[in-house]
Amino acid sequence: MTLEALVFFVAAVLALGGAVGVVLGRNPVHCALMLVVTLVAVAVFFLLQEAQLVAAVQVIVYAGAIVVLFLFVIMLLGVDRQESLEEPIPYQRPAALALGAILLAEIFVLAGRNWVTGARSVRGSATKPVDGRDLGNVERVARTLFTDFLWAFELTAALLVIAVVGAVVLARRSGQRAQLDEHERAIEEQITEAELAESAEQEAEERGEPSEVPT
Amino acid sequence: MSLAAIDITPNYYLVVGALLFTIGAVGLLLRRNVLVMFMCVELMLNAANLTFVTFARALDDVGGQAIVFFTLVVAAAEVAVGLAIIVAIFRRRRGATADDVRLLKG
Repeated sequence: MTLEALVFFVAAVLALGGAVGVVLGRNPVHCALMLVVTLVAVAVFFLLQEAQLVAAVQVIVYAGAIVVLFLFVIMLLGVDRQESLEEPIPYQRPAALALGAILLAEIFVLAGRNWVTGARSVRGSATKPVDGRDLGNVERVARTLFTDFLWAFELTAALLVIAVVGAVVLARRSGQRAQLDEHERAIEEQITEAELAESAEQEAEERGEPSEVPT
Repeated sequence: MSLAAIDITPNYYLVVGALLFTIGAVGLLLRRNVLVMFMCVELMLNAANLTFVTFARALDDVGGQAIVFFTLVVAAAEVAVGLAIIVAIFRRRRGATADDVRLLKG
């Protein structure tokens, strides 16, 4: 077995196993960690296909930033408890599995039919020397990113700014809402205090002591 | 067919990509925890990235690798806004399953 085949099959098992783990994991934290396994395995696929820059960015952005954001929200919300197994929609699981099987069959049928591939090397070669020079992967990607895709590249800057502002506005609690929350919490605290006093009284009764507080 | 004779063609990567995409889609339909549904969307985006890079190598065109960057940016923006929405929903009603938010009413 060649080295590429060995690495490919190990990475394929890790990627698909991690993906199944994301779907089947009961605890969201485990799901996020399984997602890291899949993302790193996909980065190995990128390395195998001589896309070194994309592999590095995959690890840094996905495993480093996106999964950490997921874990941060899981910890912040405290939703790391297991979800209930009851189904509110009848036959949801068998229907989902059937639809997934149909989707996979559809992909294979479509991929096996017609290939609209077009001309080769529209954006420059990924491996062959350009202008008599042997370029690195970073330089090749940079050349196409800052020439052919320059407009789209500038638009991503606007997209990121809008996303950051939107995230801050959505996650921020407004002043009025914060006051309401404080009020609710104060009421809850009063209720728990009353419950505590009640349970203390009951304990005292069980011990055979006079429950009434002498006045 | 012996394992030693296996030559890894682009089709192998494409099959893995198709399987990853299907697993992500099934997970999106199966799970009701909104956070895990988001992770399944990430799986599907990764499958698309893998397909792009595979074709970049198969057709010897570096444009496929450049497109992956835009997928990554969209994924990052989507996660940032999506998680903010989840935090806002969770603050109003103590639940993070899709069933908790099936009404448009707040």
